[in-house]
Amino acid sequence: MLKVTIDNHTIEVEEGTTILQAARLIGGAVVPPAMCYYSKLKESGGKCRTCLVKVAQGSARDPRPMPKLVASCRTLVADGMVVQNITSPEVLDTRKAIVEFLLINHPLDCPVCDQAGECQLQDLSYDNGREGTRFEEAKRTFKVVDIGDKIQLHMNRCILCYRCVYTANQLTDKRSHGILYRGDVAEISTYIQNDITNDFSGNMIDVCPVGALTDKSFRFKNRVWFLKPMNASRSCSKCSGKVTAWLRGEEIYRVTGRKDQFDEVEEFICNECRFDKKELTDWTIESPRNIQRASVISQNHYLKAKNPSVILPLENRTVSMEDFDKEINNELYS
Amino acid sequence: MLDKRINHPLHEKEGKEICFSEASLQKVEQIISRYPKGKEKSALLPLLHIAQEEFEGYLSVDVMDYVAKILNIQPIEVYEVATFYSQYYLDPVGKHVIEICRTGPCAICGGEAMQAYLEKKLSVKEGETTTDGLFTLKAVECLGACGSAPVMQINTEFYEHLTFEKIDQILDELTKKAKEAKSEKSLWKEKFF
Amino acid sequence: MERKILLKHLDVPGIRTFGVFRSTGGYRSVEHALKNMTPDEVVEEVKESGLRGRGGAGFPAGMKWSFIDRKSNKPRYLICNADESEPGTFKDRYLMEKIPHLLIEGMICSCYALGANTGYIYVRGEYKYIIGILNEAIREAYDHGFLGKNILGSNYNLDIHVHSGAGAYICGEETALIESLEGKRGNPRIKPPFPAVVGLYGCPTVVNNVETLANIGFIVNHGGSEFARYGMGKSTGTKLISACGNINNPGVYEIELGLSVREFLYDPKYCGGIKNGKELKAVIAGGSSVPILPANLILQTAAGAERLMTYESLAEGGFVSGTMLGSGGFIVYDEDACIVRNTWNLARFYHHESCGQCSPCREGTGWMENVLHRIENGHGRQKDIDLLVSIASKIEGNTICPLGDAAAWPVASAIRHFRHEFEEHVLHPERCGRNEIGKLENVES
Repeated sequence: MLKVTIDNHTIEVEEGTTILQAARLIGGAVVPPAMCYYSKLKESGGKCRTCLVKVAQGSARDPRPMPKLVASCRTLVADGMVVQNITSPEVLDTRKAIVEFLLINHPLDCPVCDQAGECQLQDLSYDNGREGTRFEEAKRTFKVVDIGDKIQLHMNRCILCYRCVYTANQLTDKRSHGILYRGDVAEISTYIQNDITNDFSGNMIDVCPVGALTDKSFRFKNRVWFLKPMNASRSCSKCSGKVTAWLRGEEIYRVTGRKDQFDEVEEFICNECRFDKKELTDWTIESPRNIQRASVISQNHYLKAKNPSVILPLENRTVSMEDFDKEINNELYS
Repeated sequence: MLDKRINHPLHEKEGKEICFSEASLQKVEQIISRYPKGKEKSALLPLLHIAQEEFEGYLSVDVMDYVAKILNIQPIEVYEVATFYSQYYLDPVGKHVIEICRTGPCAICGGEAMQAYLEKKLSVKEGETTTDGLFTLKAVECLGACGSAPVMQINTEFYEHLTFEKIDQILDELTKKAKEAKSEKSLWKEKFF
Repeated sequence: MERKILLKHLDVPGIRTFGVFRSTGGYRSVEHALKNMTPDEVVEEVKESGLRGRGGAGFPAGMKWSFIDRKSNKPRYLICNADESEPGTFKDRYLMEKIPHLLIEGMICSCYALGANTGYIYVRGEYKYIIGILNEAIREAYDHGFLGKNILGSNYNLDIHVHSGAGAYICGEETALIESLEGKRGNPRIKPPFPAVVGLYGCPTVVNNVETLANIGFIVNHGGSEFARYGMGKSTGTKLISACGNINNPGVYEIELGLSVREFLYDPKYCGGIKNGKELKAVIAGGSSVPILPANLILQTAAGAERLMTYESLAEGGFVSGTMLGSGGFIVYDEDACIVRNTWNLARFYHHESCGQCSPCREGTGWMENVLHRIENGHGRQKDIDLLVSIASKIEGNTICPLGDAAAWPVASAIRHFRHEFEEHVLHPERCGRNEIGKLENVES
């Protein structure tokens, strides 16, 4: 086991653990945001640079600090490593700059974007962005494209995290979309008019951190914060059949994978479950989903919110994140 | 330029039957043999060069699909690569592609004026092809010949220490040759691979 | 007396061919290494020589070699980086064009030292005719038994292949080059792991610049300590400098490291002074990505010492008043040059060449170009200058590969040393007039 200290929290982790994974084990505010890394997708990460952290001490054996900030999602923990995330002004300042870079060409069309309310870029900007913009040039624009009858691509919103490409590579047998061109005109595309048809292609929607890939069957149907996410299941021959059904009244508006507290799906689901099963009778509704503290669904329920101190070790925290989430959920579903 | 790349029309497959010549197929085989078994994809860049040379100077969707088939990879893997590198042309080009260097060292030695002169002489803007289909003018980044700036490259030939007169001479010659017709295939491929 | 290692026999007629090259002592190092030395001994000599990578970063070559994973039972590869694309740099092209066998000879010794049985030369796509020259040289080496199976009866096998790029500056970055060689987009990999452990096809790989490899033959023949007697301090050996811009004698020069910048710039043997009798304004000493220095700081350090052509001397003063030897692309600007326009031009280059993989470089390079374009064309404001400094500082150090730094340094250094010129462009855009050069109406035909 390796000992690593992140923002004054010390934890033991197995060899091969990245700084980000270690931070996630600690939980709370010390977890760096990750826009491109996805633990279930091999090779992902390293690109968006939002998870950059400072390694103040490389290891117990070689205590020198690392010369540059490092991508926590791709940097392995060494024994005795000391990492600063939110306790480093340099990290926070850089993160602010990265958010600015990600936003300069982003259309900021949240009012008409289906992802609003569950968008990782929105959360990131809220936590780390600056007010106003210093960018005065024309934003780059792309046309909206349907890639198949299930998924719509708004390239304007894309932050080129490559997650959907890895999804297609690792979940499907034949990838038909990819990254074309280069630099700031790089885009996700099929190049020729091409449909993405595969039983698991819908997972690209779930992994997309922004509103670049959205569910066509849910387009403009409802705001996510008006819906109640419920654990639902059915027996499915292609996937586990364990999903989140998003209900308003008796109606299922959409089906997604079940996302954990880091916005990653617990299991990938098939397109049949996602797109074709929209009747209540298709599903066994199990229980309400746990709602994240930061979720817009919990708006106006901030009463007992208290940011846990990062200076104190875990056991001394006054309110644990779990208790906190539980409270919110009790209130919402009662 | 930017707009054109961003709003490119979704390219169409024409479904044309594409096949390398016998000589090219031999080259292709030889090139693939340079890489370990199972790593044939390594031959992609050289193969695209050959394909571009053989099929009208640019990479149509059909041509790229054909290369994908040869290397047993997905077409999208070819599209990804072809759109990344600046030497692959995705749209039809003229018989001669004039690549004029626009980067710093050439620019301070008169490169900008040379580009303007070419545009004026050919009545085209950067990126366009003359109406007779003879020349496509492209402004490119550093060609690695800064010591003889300003420079341009036409096909495989470098032209250095450019002046207006020199450009006149070069273009006149190429135009004359084209009129004499008999599209004499350049021998660069022989030496290239 | 100037001493040369690489271009010693440059003027021998026919030196490009195997026969002539061999008659000047060529390929002797291969015989020596294969017959009298173990691979480790070759590595030791290279370490001893203090040879530093000639591609730009200046990392000690012997140390790089010693990182190669010798425990792995996978095949090992040596890749020659001939993707010379840094604006102002054209020395590798010169070397390959004039004396291609020097590279092949160096590669054979290097492959032997590393235990590699395959070597690739990755040549930038624009150098098509160079590829022809190299292929010819390789064929000759095969014909004479210096490549192929059982070289010189030593049981050592080696194949060298030429691979062409297709127009992407980023492929000069070693992991992008490897990706490109694998037939993919030239996206740099996230490091670690480094290529010495996980490189081409997941195998241990060393990537070296052309000039670096061309030096290996000399080191094997004469020993690392003899090589280290050339040059000065930790800057051992000679260096090919490609000089261009507003000088009387642009071209490639082999200099012994330690020559003074003043001598290199003004001696008729080298640059021969500024063209048309103009005054020197600034120099970019090591390829377009290194910081630009004004005349006073390139000739002398801030402390008043004579500036020398060495890694250390050029770097003296850090980025506040120093620069880097880099790839040896020496770009000279005379008094008429417009620093703002030149900075915009270079920013456009890096914007065009960004692979787009990581956000600071993808978004930041284009942003800088846009702001500089605005200033150059008379629409700038005072705050834009600080904005540029801020953008550059946020790209620098935060990207996957050094292209981010390469894009940020020229902008940051130009403003650092020529801020008044940027301000002048903001306040009185009409005064410079250099942006009129490329306009059609000013072309007389």
